[in-house]
Amino acid sequence: MSAKQPILTDGAWGTELQARGLGPDELPDFWNVAFPERVEEVARAYVQAGSEVILTNTFRANRVVVVERDPSADVAALNRAGVEISRRAAAGRARVFASMGPSGKLLIAGDVSENDLKAAFAEQADALAEAGADAIVVETMSDLVEARIAVAAAKATGLPVVACMVYDSGRNKDRTMMGVTPEQAADELAAAGASVIGANCGNGIAGYVPVCARLRAASSLPVWIKANAGLPELAQGRVVYRTSPEEFARHIPALVEAGAGYIGGCCGTDPEYIRAARAALARACV
Amino acid sequence: MADLKKLYDAILNGDQKTAIAVTEAALAEKVDPQSLINEAMIPAMNEAGSKFECEEYFVPELLLAARAMKGSLALIRPLLAAAGAEPVGRVIIGTVKGDLHDIGKNLVASMLEGGGFEVIDLGADVAVDKFVAAVKERNPHLICMSALLTVTMPAMKTTIQALREAGVRENVKVMVGGAPVTAEYASEIGADGYADNASAAVRKARELVAA
Repeated sequence: MSAKQPILTDGAWGTELQARGLGPDELPDFWNVAFPERVEEVARAYVQAGSEVILTNTFRANRVVVVERDPSADVAALNRAGVEISRRAAAGRARVFASMGPSGKLLIAGDVSENDLKAAFAEQADALAEAGADAIVVETMSDLVEARIAVAAAKATGLPVVACMVYDSGRNKDRTMMGVTPEQAADELAAAGASVIGANCGNGIAGYVPVCARLRAASSLPVWIKANAGLPELAQGRVVYRTSPEEFARHIPALVEAGAGYIGGCCGTDPEYIRAARAALARACV
Repeated sequence: MADLKKLYDAILNGDQKTAIAVTEAALAEKVDPQSLINEAMIPAMNEAGSKFECEEYFVPELLLAARAMKGSLALIRPLLAAAGAEPVGRVIIGTVKGDLHDIGKNLVASMLEGGGFEVIDLGADVAVDKFVAAVKERNPHLICMSALLTVTMPAMKTTIQALREAGVRENVKVMVGGAPVTAEYASEIGADGYADNASAAVRKARELVAA
């Protein structure tokens, strides 16, 4: 049986920027203005590895997160610079999907209000769209209410929206931290305006094969999967991810079979993983 | 007669309004506040915690239960204080230097408060000196450190060393937790305890404070 060839996306940015000198307590998004050439290097490495879609270094560039670090930071400028960097690196060879991550605050605990989130995500989405992103990716969400607010803000720009959550909890690691199932997410994210639904981060690629199949079964929308290279461990003071590029790539055929329309990596993956995934896709989809 | 079962259910189901109403009614009937805590509230929080640990409850259910518990406790605490009763223990909690993630830390703080502890929350990105100063000033039974990032975990070790250098390490128990933290890591850095989740953290805190 031959499945439709999925689109290859990119791997992690944070760990790649750390390899280029980003400190553990620095917000990566500030580098869009401070060290744009280093950020562009990461983006370009993914284009060269074969990514057909690259993201932007704007995952945490929403007002709720940014002002905790620097109340005077120009949030819109960080987002615009992020898109411009990825567009330069893509140079027409890859599409640029701009990244929007969570606020890091819990609505249900009253740490942030829905109005604050609406304003923060609208500000970010507008800046990303204005700078010329091809689409917006709302990612690493665990709360459906927050995810819906971000998707609606992204949708309001007129761009297509990818919406994905992190499934890392529950007995079968098929729920988000807030208890959301793939089926609930598929329904509600589509209703909020997503054109693609998906899963990212999590506990590793193997666990995302059944999650992918369930998202596919629950919705007619394409499915986006970006798994990490296992969970990080600390060995002799260094962070290591145990899944190798080869092992990561071994799960690609199963993801294709499960109906993934977009495949890439999350934490711990680098251009080597994308190269390995590209080779695996070429073998799986002949 | 106080409706202990109704109070238990209200807390377990995260229904703060009912929890407060039942508590008010019970106190009006001069029910011993300590018996409300021991016979309804703590068992309800324990059950909520065990549902969370066997993944029948998720973060929202747990937070709502803790909120209902806190609603009732707010009514009962002044009475206990007037009677000279002490909290289970005083805890200082914070996310370590360089780490701004506070969801897990807040959840543990809520559960500890629900468990009858006095909780002093130093927030996120807490400098080593700030932990040390808080231990000196507030004289807690327990200090809890959280980290979500693998790269910020070593700040736990630095903080424990600083407590030692300041001569206050022996005055306080140290508990650590957070996604990348393991029991092995906790013992490697010289912490007294580790908890894998917010519910286990309350159990461990009681154990450490009693020891």
